[in-house]
Amino acid sequence: MRRGLIVGAAVVAAGLALAGCSAGGSGGGKVQIGYLVDNAPATQATAKKFVAAFEKANPDITVKIQQKPQGADGDNMVKTKLATGDMEDVFQYNSGSQIQGDHPDERLVDLSNESWAKDVTQDFKDSVSGNVKGAFYGAPFGTTFSGGIMYNTAVYQKLGLSVPKTWDEFLANSEKIKAAGITPVLQTFGDTWTSQLFVLADFANINATDKNWAKDYTANKSDAKYAKQPGLLGFEHTQEVFDKKLVNDDYASLTNVNGLKALAEGTAAQYPMITTVLPNVQQSNPDKINDIGYFAMPTSDGTAPHMTVWEPNGLYIPKSTTGDKLAAAKKLVAFASSKEGCQIQVEAQLPTGPFATSACTLPSDVPTLVKDEQKYQDDGDTGLALEFLSPIKGPNLEKILIAVATGQNTAAQGAALYDQDVTKQAQQLGIKGW
Amino acid sequence: MTTTAVPVQSLPAGPSRRGSTRRARRSVYPSWFYIPAIALYVVFFAVPTFASFYFAFTRWSLFDSTFIGFDNFVQFFQDPQLVNGFIHTFEYGFSTSAIKVVLGLALAILLTSPVLGRGYLRAVVFFPVLVSTIGVGFIFKNLLDPFHGMVNAVLGAVGLPKPGWFTDPNMALGTIAGVDVWKGVGIATLIFMAGIVAIPQEYYEAARMDGASSWRIFRSITLPLSRPAMGTVIILSLIGGLRSFDVIWATTNGGPGFASDVIASVIYKEYQFGLYGLSTAGNVILFLVVTAIMVPISWFINRKEVEL
Repeated sequence: MRRGLIVGAAVVAAGLALAGCSAGGSGGGKVQIGYLVDNAPATQATAKKFVAAFEKANPDITVKIQQKPQGADGDNMVKTKLATGDMEDVFQYNSGSQIQGDHPDERLVDLSNESWAKDVTQDFKDSVSGNVKGAFYGAPFGTTFSGGIMYNTAVYQKLGLSVPKTWDEFLANSEKIKAAGITPVLQTFGDTWTSQLFVLADFANINATDKNWAKDYTANKSDAKYAKQPGLLGFEHTQEVFDKKLVNDDYASLTNVNGLKALAEGTAAQYPMITTVLPNVQQSNPDKINDIGYFAMPTSDGTAPHMTVWEPNGLYIPKSTTGDKLAAAKKLVAFASSKEGCQIQVEAQLPTGPFATSACTLPSDVPTLVKDEQKYQDDGDTGLALEFLSPIKGPNLEKILIAVATGQNTAAQGAALYDQDVTKQAQQLGIKGW
Repeated sequence: MTTTAVPVQSLPAGPSRRGSTRRARRSVYPSWFYIPAIALYVVFFAVPTFASFYFAFTRWSLFDSTFIGFDNFVQFFQDPQLVNGFIHTFEYGFSTSAIKVVLGLALAILLTSPVLGRGYLRAVVFFPVLVSTIGVGFIFKNLLDPFHGMVNAVLGAVGLPKPGWFTDPNMALGTIAGVDVWKGVGIATLIFMAGIVAIPQEYYEAARMDGASSWRIFRSITLPLSRPAMGTVIILSLIGGLRSFDVIWATTNGGPGFASDVIASVIYKEYQFGLYGLSTAGNVILFLVVTAIMVPISWFINRKEVEL
């Protein structure tokens, strides 16, 4: 009996000691918070620099960086972590329909009363809010970026081509590029999300001709469907570049990073893409980065091409973060809008477009591509991407477009499939009219 | 092959048989030892299975659910990719099962005969079973890359055409079936080997004395007497093949487009997009389909089984 008592006391003592150790940084007055970021090399490098600068300015807080996968697998992880209350103290994620579909009012901390909130653009606030008036849940991290055609200016110059404003001009340029032995249009289905650009980057053009399209689309009006024009155009373009054999041979397996390398080196000339991928070029071909320019998706009806803008990622705090950790998390989020934080975003992550907060300004030595984007913004030829104007984005768009681009479906079939696909998501979100 | 969700009816275990052999030998351990295992089974298997039958009829967001009757099932069957997925599932399940049976039996006969290096060959045939499926998927994805993979590099060097293994919509599912067979044939071989080794040698000696050829011996002795083993292999590989998910997801994610989608990957994609009720309905459908296929097949295979 006495031996049992001693053994029992020893076990309890050991348990208490272990519990004390695992309670973490609170032992020495340090608060430790977790920061979830996706695993792309450029994103991880930026996160490390950001955290290092933050820890230097806040010696009583340590930040542990956690990784999440990209694409649909990463979206899945964020959804699950938020649903189970298991999210890190701060996480970086898309703004727009991705975060708006994850019940932000119930799961995220409202940041509208923070000191930096007044500097954020209204467009960005709209893209990280839910249904509660006046509340928004994310701080912009990084610059805006745009979708359109990234092109190799050296190739264009060598072949004497000028930036196309209409789709026919684009095709004519592409034929000339093909005749010179260079890949006219790059496609990289090794990363399936890249198949969507002909459709998604055309939205600013749709919005320019019909400002109500997004609203009608959300309300399930029969005219605002992808199976009809002007929505069908993006699908038709995707099919057309394949039917005309203007794409690279390894379109089905090439990855995004390797595609960008080919574009920078001049073995391919045009890549329908979002400019947020520019840091990858900085890592792989830094000396060629100014060879890459940008032009907006050409139009077929004579309107001037408009640049489709994506708001940057946001830094969010889940409601599961409380107490000391919440205060530390808010400091980390605020750091993004501070002078040092802006400088880090400019240095560590190449600007890919204008900033979404007036607290940060672009330096004068940004790459050619960013200057091209700035021109569209200065001229007022921009439009938000559809995902910021409508919560509806069907889950299977990338796969449907790959099916169109590999000849398994026609553009009309693909568009009809996508219209059917969004029904499921709209019903799940409980949107009226579906 | 994965663990089965469908109980397999094999030898009937009547109470009389158990009583007559067990009465003399009472177990040292009390029946209370079953309790932890039963608790785990009920909590992690039985309760979720029954709960899923309810949630399949709701629109579910993990925290609230609205009852919508058969809407999920209707939507699932209206999904044009689903019919595709069904066809692919049947093609994939039946073809991998058939190849595993034939190849497994052939390898088993080889590995139970006095061939040189038999122990080494047995290890080589069985080793893929032990390797992680996701790892296998990624490795084959790299090996079979149409432009940078080792396989096509070798084919190109000897002047053969270089097919798009995972990227050609017509080939993708077949390639995945090949990878799955490579990985799973070891288990089939093992089961067949156990069955063949159990055949008494006297039959072979008698047949050889009567002057039977090897093919005649195979057809009349080996094949009929390995029927129990064959039944097991067919059932296990068919269930695993119909439910297969990890190889497909690791290699093509159901792509290109939807060319290699099977029901399991369709269900997983719907779960990924937060359509929890719809994906649960899909799981219920998969359960019913596999049961509807396996129960008759299992009855057909085992109806001639008698107690020895």
